[in-house]
Amino acid sequence: MMIDVSNLSKSYAGNNAVKDVSFQVEKGEIVGLLGPNGAGKSTTMRILACFIPASSGTASVAGLDVFTQADEVRRRIGYMPENNPLHPDMRVREYLKFRARLKGLGRSRSRERVDAVITQCGLEDESKRIIGHLSKGYRQRVGLADALVHEPELIILDEPTIGLDPSQIRSVRQLIKELGRRHTVLLSSHILPEVEMTCNRVLIMCEGRILAADTPENLQKALGQNGHLIAEIAAPLEELKTCWEQMPELAHYTLSAAEGEYHRCALTPSGSEDLRPKIFALVLERGWKLRELSRVRHSLEEVYIRLTLPESEEETF
Amino acid sequence: MQAYLTLTRRELGSFFYSWIGYVVIAGAMFGTGWSFVVLVDKLQGEPTMVPLTEIFLGGSFWFIVLFAAPIITMRLFALEKFSGTFETLMTTPVSDWQVVWAKFTAALIVYMLLWLPLLGCLLVLNYFARGSNLLDSGTLGSEYLGIFLIGCLFMAVGCFASALTRNQIVAAMISFAIGLAFFLAGFMAGPFDTQQGWAEQALNCVSIMNQMKDYARGVVDTRSIVFCLTSSFFFLFLACRVIESRRWR
Repeated sequence: MMIDVSNLSKSYAGNNAVKDVSFQVEKGEIVGLLGPNGAGKSTTMRILACFIPASSGTASVAGLDVFTQADEVRRRIGYMPENNPLHPDMRVREYLKFRARLKGLGRSRSRERVDAVITQCGLEDESKRIIGHLSKGYRQRVGLADALVHEPELIILDEPTIGLDPSQIRSVRQLIKELGRRHTVLLSSHILPEVEMTCNRVLIMCEGRILAADTPENLQKALGQNGHLIAEIAAPLEELKTCWEQMPELAHYTLSAAEGEYHRCALTPSGSEDLRPKIFALVLERGWKLRELSRVRHSLEEVYIRLTLPESEEETF
Repeated sequence: MQAYLTLTRRELGSFFYSWIGYVVIAGAMFGTGWSFVVLVDKLQGEPTMVPLTEIFLGGSFWFIVLFAAPIITMRLFALEKFSGTFETLMTTPVSDWQVVWAKFTAALIVYMLLWLPLLGCLLVLNYFARGSNLLDSGTLGSEYLGIFLIGCLFMAVGCFASALTRNQIVAAMISFAIGLAFFLAGFMAGPFDTQQGWAEQALNCVSIMNQMKDYARGVVDTRSIVFCLTSSFFFLFLACRVIESRRWR
């Protein structure tokens, strides 16, 4: 067990940022903390990184308590805070060397490790440049390199791709995936596709609580249904309506006009049966025209929005 | 120890990477040069029994100490807190004391560098006043000891002030105010001269101005050494508690 958090709470000036949170992370997992801004993700990570103490509850990293054995815990984690603060006046290699020495690596070992992380994070061409002059993407890599330099067992990344452009996001994501082979990674994000793509497991947090914790696939399944079907059919509107109403397997349908004579039907099946062959047969039988028939899976986004939004707001999405 | 040395080197480096370092040094050199002119001017007048090092204090000494100390120390913690690097620093396996000591040491080294031009001025004078025993090494030593001890106190105050806030200007104001209080205590001690009341004694003890006068005369008073060192420790201790306070439950 890499991380064991139980009944963790943290309040700032009477405001509860984290409320009674419990979760576990196994060795070698990449776990994503997902939630809207202000959900308590950063606070949870700061507690795990021994920067601030919890108000109540316990948290341990590799079996060591983050409050009483903070020094030992800090040796085992690589932490990259939100917005990735760096010293803008230092050069990349100089900064990484400084960090490595600060983390207790010996002279030759730190040289070795700095070279290794510079290669790993693709910073070879930038190693002599001043950090303040680097682009945001490269700065992010410097932050990652810093988190990795002492070969920590656990890497904690707070919003690692915030403010990057799409291609930079892709490369940072790739880097994180590679890290997952050798380290345990806990990352936070409020961007869904990111977590969906990089993580083995997702913890959805909102208002200081964990609302759901599972693999992205299981979370999708947890919605209970197989998603809905989209069919674009050219047929008389009334006929189409009565047809859907009479179909017992359908729980719900909506119709909207599409280009030309077609109607776009969004069909929600009540069971788990795949209705596509049936619909196709129906169209053939009636002699209608069909130009699209597809199944839309619930994306994690829907799971997320359902979980994090209050009931009343949900309808608008 | 390794973390302490690494941090000290980093602090010294960052001081010279920014323009602040050079501005402070230039300012101090200007002040010292000014004092030098005043000194040479005074020496042309009637003969005096006052040692060279003490005449020097009449110039810009206090000006430099009072203004340079807040400027040197204001960035120590405030900048790190402001830019967020404080978080990356405090999540490495270093202790609060190591951080405070390293920053204090770096600030003290920079402060001592400010006083190198003074040494140059005094040596130049000594060279041109050949054989007149204008400057004896004991007095020079005690003056530098005084500069060092008062520097310890001011740098410790600065560390504490900088740890309190994330705004460098506020940090500079706080340390300037505390430093000024120590300095002004000397003037306050004045009117009580005739009566040896407790207030006069107490103010005399904390009056760094009077203490510095002694050092410049070549008098090394253990009371003053004890005062400077203990109060430096006290302020460093406070700085450490402030750093630690984020971990209080």
